[in-house]
Amino acid sequence: MEKETCNFSYCAKPEIVEIETDLLLIGGGMACCGAAYEAARWATPKGIRVTMVDKAATDRSGAVAMGLSAINTYCGENDPADYVKYVRADLMGIIREDLVFDLGRHVDNSVHLFEEWGLPIWKKADDGFSLDGFQARDQGKAMLKDGGTPVRSGKWQIMINGESYKVIVAEAAKKALEYNRQATGVPQNHFERVFIVKLIHDANDPKRVAAAAGFSVRENKVYIFKAKAMINASGGAVNVFRPRSTKEGQGRAWYPVWNSGSGYALGMQAGAELTMMENRFVPARFKDGYGPVGAWFLFFKAKATNSYGEDYCATHLEETKKLYSPYAEKLGTAIRNHMMMLDMKAGKGPILMNTHTAMQELAKTMDAKRIKHLEAEAWEDFLDMCIGQAGLWACKNVEPDKEPSEIMPTEPYLLGSHAGCAGFWCSGPGDIPGTPEHYSWGYNRMSTVPGLFMAGDICGASGHKFSSGSHAEGRLAAKGAIAFLLDHADYKPTIKETPDQIAAELYLPFEVYEKYKTFSTDPSMNPHYIRPNMLQARLQKIADEYFGGISTWYMTSKTMLEEGLKQLELLKEDASKSAASNLHELMRAWENFHRILSVEAHARHILFREESRYPGYYYRGDFLAINDKDWKCFVNSKYDAATNTWELRKVPYVQMFAD
Amino acid sequence: MPSYVITEKCDGCKAQDKTACQYICPNDLMTLNRDIMKAYNQEPDQCWECYNCVKICPQQAIEVRGYQDFNPLGGNVIPMRGTDSIMWTIKFRNGSLKRFKFPIRTTPEGSIDPYKGKPEPDYSKLKSPGYFNYEARKSAQIK
Repeated sequence: MEKETCNFSYCAKPEIVEIETDLLLIGGGMACCGAAYEAARWATPKGIRVTMVDKAATDRSGAVAMGLSAINTYCGENDPADYVKYVRADLMGIIREDLVFDLGRHVDNSVHLFEEWGLPIWKKADDGFSLDGFQARDQGKAMLKDGGTPVRSGKWQIMINGESYKVIVAEAAKKALEYNRQATGVPQNHFERVFIVKLIHDANDPKRVAAAAGFSVRENKVYIFKAKAMINASGGAVNVFRPRSTKEGQGRAWYPVWNSGSGYALGMQAGAELTMMENRFVPARFKDGYGPVGAWFLFFKAKATNSYGEDYCATHLEETKKLYSPYAEKLGTAIRNHMMMLDMKAGKGPILMNTHTAMQELAKTMDAKRIKHLEAEAWEDFLDMCIGQAGLWACKNVEPDKEPSEIMPTEPYLLGSHAGCAGFWCSGPGDIPGTPEHYSWGYNRMSTVPGLFMAGDICGASGHKFSSGSHAEGRLAAKGAIAFLLDHADYKPTIKETPDQIAAELYLPFEVYEKYKTFSTDPSMNPHYIRPNMLQARLQKIADEYFGGISTWYMTSKTMLEEGLKQLELLKEDASKSAASNLHELMRAWENFHRILSVEAHARHILFREESRYPGYYYRGDFLAINDKDWKCFVNSKYDAATNTWELRKVPYVQMFAD
Repeated sequence: MPSYVITEKCDGCKAQDKTACQYICPNDLMTLNRDIMKAYNQEPDQCWECYNCVKICPQQAIEVRGYQDFNPLGGNVIPMRGTDSIMWTIKFRNGSLKRFKFPIRTTPEGSIDPYKGKPEPDYSKLKSPGYFNYEARKSAQIK
């Protein structure tokens, strides 16, 4: 197939903006906002310039854009070592315990800051019931940092009034950036609506990255940010597998629909080593609306059953133990999915969340005023973080105190901050007793590419950070990056590509479109190119049918993976014929290229790991059991973008915290 | 539930320095039709129904209509976001209504002073655990 190139014969050449900075923060979500807050404090007295580049508006970017009803990681009265054990149990025994412990010992401070900045946090009333953030304030309840008692929905979770969670966190980050900007005298250090497409290697040291290239989605401008260090916190991947919804509802992904695998793709193309990319997350959520179930399970004590009222986690435990002991007994998220699906396959669905019995049970202990408060709490859970679920209940006349609602496992997602751990292999802090040598190479959260740090959804093998932990991790990465910058003050980033070459590469989908669009009478039907929405549909179909999506009940195997990878390779080639008619579509074209790379890493890791480590998330039909003897280890990989080749290897797992 | 813009209410944010919905949409969906100076959702099947356009619209011109591939018609959810709290009105298909009001913020918008009262960084601790303002917690399980 003939390769297309862009020399601006057909599309207009953009203005090229070159910016030099010291620390570049790529993203704008919780992790990047944490990075900005910590980095600006350490950087500013040393004259180090910090710049953030976000593809959206930071007030409402990233996974917390809609809001949240709970903060899922707050250690509080618990020992951070117990947090490690909880994360290890949920992620089937293989995590980076140094990274997880490091997060656990820091995360509370981010939560304290959120409260100080204005996030309303529920507090426990003297009578044991819950007070919302205003009631708690008006009754003079202490703040968390002063020993206030939060309302725990689970051992690690606390309830909040979180509609404006991200707005509040973004305000602090933007002010921190402004503090740095004024002191360093740069004209601008916060760029919104600039989408980073790729990282560019240093001309003199091909191991390092010297620049990040992207474009404005608002005007015809290409941006090249030269930086001495970077923190990549640009999120995991959604809509990579065919979703259960078929049309409009595809937007109602569980994970935010704009997280397009950029975090993975940027690091992979830079040569950073990945870890545990075989992991995925398949949340069981309210059917179609994908509303959260955590508060229903943990706070309202609702039970999920099949349609015969049977608890699938009890009825299927013995048979599940046969393949998946000793993990089955821990009833982690994947295992609970597994047992749910056994009932679904047996025709015992729909699976029901018994909201009605839970609320009736709670109401027994309450007067009318408290029952009303309880009802508001239940609805707020959706309205804070999944408004569409409230809309779906309204459209279906669902009254949760009178009838149950259906739950179902979703399509798979790739991420590393929730109950998943797909991401990059990063250095830990190194000071925790029992840290093996291969866990630490000098700078906390630095990837295997010197000067390139990772945080949030893409720092691997350390799930269950959630929003607070992602913020906390961004701060840790920022400290690591500042230390790196001070140690390498004489480094000057240089790139061999010219700005014009970079612009031509980024604008190729424009050139392709303009070159061919008049060949047919309708530009949407044209044999010379592929539009981003069709590219995405093909990716989703391949991933779904061959890599264990919903259509095979998450089942795959060596033969299936190998066939799917062949088809994915053709798609990757076709991506060079992506066509974009406007800036919005240009962003979609590159987002979908990022999705393809993320999915390829996922498939190659599943192929390498010859066991079914995450039953309920995916199965290798040819290796259906968990095999601790051969596979209680990390799987790491490295992608070489220049040669389009992969190296995969086993890396020893070390248990640092006793059971 | 993709957002839609009510023709009569949208004024294209003529009086503002930028179109509010276009500014805020995390997925770059809201866009301005310059011919008629009114906004629209250019890619409804990529809408997460995050409601940020609905909440920010100064004309209350934006609402959300349930994804028709799984939502029956007739219900809707409408927010009124203030500076410290948010009011929600939920209308059911059968016509019944629910209203809730929740806190969103305990401090005035724009009032955060990020480093006020916080210590200066101690560079001798840059490579140790902790943040510039916080000493990392210890575990009783590590001797």
